[in-house]
Amino acid sequence: MIKLDDIVASYTTIRGQVNAVDGVSLDIPRGHIVGVAGESGCGKTTLLKVLYGDLGFPLSLKRGTVRYGFRDGDGKEVTSSNIKEFWFRRISYVPQGSMSSLNPVVRIRKQFTDFRGRGESERGVLERVREYIRSLDLPPEALDAYPHQLSGGMRQRIMIAMATFFQPDIILADEPTTALDVVVQKGILLLLKELQERMGNTIIIVSHDMGVHYQIAHKVLVMYAAKAVEFGDSVVVFESALHPYTKMLIESLPTIGDDQRRQGVVGRPPSLWEDLQGCRFAPRCPLATELCRTKEPPLRELQPGHWVACHYADDGL
Amino acid sequence: MEMSFRLKVGIVILAVFALSSLILPLVAHEDPSEQGSYPKNLPMSLEHPLGTNSMGQDIFWFLVFAVRNSLMLGAAVSACTTIISLVIGLAAGYTGGWVERLIMLLVDSLITIPSFPILIVLGTLVRGKTSFLAIWAILVVFGWAWNARMVRSMALSIREREFISTARFSGSGTLRILVKEVFPYVYAYMVVGFINSILYAINTEAALAVIGLSKLETPTLGTMVFWALSYNAMFIGQYAWIIAPVVATILLFLGLFLTSTGYNELFSSRRGRA
Amino acid sequence: MKTILRAQHLSKTYGLGGLFRRAKINALDDVNLNVESDQPVVVSLVGESGSGKTTFAKVVLRLVEPSAGRVVVFDQPVAGKGVKPDKREFLSIVQPIFQNPFEAFSSYRNVDSYLMETAIQVNGLKQAEAVEVVADALASVGLKYEDVKGKYYNQFSGGELQRISVARALIPHPNVVIADEPVSMIDASLRMNVINLFLSLKEEFRISFLYITHDLATAYYVSDHVAVLYRGNVVEFGPARLVLTDPRHPYTRLLLDSIPLTNRKWESKQIVLADIETKEYQLEGCKFRNRCPYAREICGRQRPPLVKLEDGREVYCHMVAGHF
Repeated sequence: MIKLDDIVASYTTIRGQVNAVDGVSLDIPRGHIVGVAGESGCGKTTLLKVLYGDLGFPLSLKRGTVRYGFRDGDGKEVTSSNIKEFWFRRISYVPQGSMSSLNPVVRIRKQFTDFRGRGESERGVLERVREYIRSLDLPPEALDAYPHQLSGGMRQRIMIAMATFFQPDIILADEPTTALDVVVQKGILLLLKELQERMGNTIIIVSHDMGVHYQIAHKVLVMYAAKAVEFGDSVVVFESALHPYTKMLIESLPTIGDDQRRQGVVGRPPSLWEDLQGCRFAPRCPLATELCRTKEPPLRELQPGHWVACHYADDGL
Repeated sequence: MEMSFRLKVGIVILAVFALSSLILPLVAHEDPSEQGSYPKNLPMSLEHPLGTNSMGQDIFWFLVFAVRNSLMLGAAVSACTTIISLVIGLAAGYTGGWVERLIMLLVDSLITIPSFPILIVLGTLVRGKTSFLAIWAILVVFGWAWNARMVRSMALSIREREFISTARFSGSGTLRILVKEVFPYVYAYMVVGFINSILYAINTEAALAVIGLSKLETPTLGTMVFWALSYNAMFIGQYAWIIAPVVATILLFLGLFLTSTGYNELFSSRRGRA
Repeated sequence: MKTILRAQHLSKTYGLGGLFRRAKINALDDVNLNVESDQPVVVSLVGESGSGKTTFAKVVLRLVEPSAGRVVVFDQPVAGKGVKPDKREFLSIVQPIFQNPFEAFSSYRNVDSYLMETAIQVNGLKQAEAVEVVADALASVGLKYEDVKGKYYNQFSGGELQRISVARALIPHPNVVIADEPVSMIDASLRMNVINLFLSLKEEFRISFLYITHDLATAYYVSDHVAVLYRGNVVEFGPARLVLTDPRHPYTRLLLDSIPLTNRKWESKQIVLADIETKEYQLEGCKFRNRCPYAREICGRQRPPLVKLEDGREVYCHMVAGHF
């Protein structure tokens, strides 16, 4: 289990501090593909950064810890404070834009061998890398190229290969396929799925595209206005969501072959700069009552494995 | 309007210079450029706050007039170069096509041709007897090209932005778009450009004066340094004579810089800046 | 019967590279489309990046000149050699909605000033009448004038800004609105507000839409007709329901197979990798042949012919033509 305990992460700006993640407590089971869904400003990217331990100014973890469920060499439990030591080995990160993460003047293969272990020759590592690339059905020639010589989709696959080479326990992917063509996107998502099946590790994918979550995620976490509002098996969430936001979001999505009339959600998410009371979705929720406006609903496990933050969620059961 | 500290400091400095340039010359009793008004090389005292120089001039009053003349020249040059570079830069950047290429040919030539050697050659031809007007003209001719290039590249990038199309489909013509859409984006940079041009003008005039290629009888920051060097102010102990104009230039520069950057900050925080 | 949109042999070629290495990209390559109707329609132009759909929009909006061919919108020629429609007339027939709602308005101006400008400059109204027209336009998109007046772009959400853009586009009573990826930068939950708005405006004001997108799901929802573009060519065109549920062209099939839907899991794992290079723009024959599982020798030699199916569709494919 990856345990998140009351995570509050804030950004320091000229205007002051804003909590991009505002009190998220959750247990994420290992060995699954977990999708983090939500719209602009919900905090999903920030949550991913917290999980990765990438906390540098202006982002800071104001409160809470992450416990990853494994221990370091000294037997100490690994938390967000020391997760950095395990980058690439036990936890890795696939960023959104691969071009900015690859050194443009260095061939791809050099970027792999840059982080080899002790006692391993560069040749040895390269051999293993080539084998690995081949096993992913990627052309080994790609290793000898410079980043700009490869297409965006190929680069992203290389990034994924790099992130998974040391078979880390946890892989974090931040919108790995946004800005890529739909056909290329499918290939990359299926690659991730295959890797997870092979290695049995945990992949946490952030995406604003609900279709991505439907297709490859086992579990889905829905975030809204810096809070976690629903978490459960993706099939369950998509077919019978319990939180009004999730329900309305999913119902608003048109699909091919389905002629049902769709409606968007009214209004817009609240500004995180304001002092927010009660349920943050209340202003837009058709079920909202005075209770919702004053008391914030906690994230509770309504059904086994299905968590919802809503006062009236069990009415829908 | 909340002004940052930096902006306030900048404005204060400029205000001091501006006011001293406006008011003090009116109360001066002697023409400070007249030589021999006072005994030579007097040290600093109440009567002569910075002492006198080897030509019998009061250094303080000379400085006051020098600052005034430099500022006036700088502002005059800058006003002209700013307007020229704005018009030409916008015309080139927004119109495109052969008009742009022709203009940029001219602009790039002016930028790449080394102006300083040319100025020196010109200077030797006129040998320190030029009028201020001539100096102003020369500075303008060599001063507008760089800013024009800057304006043009901004116009080029703004031309591609979506709101230009919105304005077009709202029925606006090219001139209206230039004024209402492009100009506001260019404006903040033009203020900076204006201030940089003042500095360019003052510095260039000073540099020319220091090598003797300006109207040497007129007090400017540059001519002051020229004379101070000619008379070896450092060696004869009249430090104020050389240090004062240098310090004044630095302070003036500082004032202009702080004002321009402070203003830029203010301007961008006021509106919904993209 | 009006010609809502007609493109004839429309081509646009861009040159790449510097002085010596001038590669050419055919952003649009002999595109032919014809939509005639006496009712307002929504025509979608779908394709991936590099398909030419955005170039098509720019040509129709006269932001870019075509290298060859003509375009007619609502019986009016709008693009082509020597075509120079009267500015005011053009603006009353065609109006745009752009992709990025946060860039549609200058950050130095009130958003409503653009609406006022449109009413005054295109409709020729005086100030007082313009205010009324602007208020009405905003009302038709579900916004109140008082809520918009005097505000800057950063005081609205993406969905609201897009609706304000729509309101502005409505003021000259256009016949066709060109919407270039109008909802791709809006949050998913707010998209349908804008899409449904298009549908209601189509009914209420009898406006046709050219909806340009890479999102097939919204294209399915909103369109009457769909044209699928690939590397500057139309590959399939016809009634939206047909094309998107029973595609005939291999590329359309590949596209539909690849979108992450929310009601049906992916079946096939077979993907064909694409290397996006400029070469594919200049291929002889069918541009899709390197990625097409059905490609034969003829696909590399000859341009795929137009095949008109009984259900009214047009497909450009050798296999569908029965050439092998």
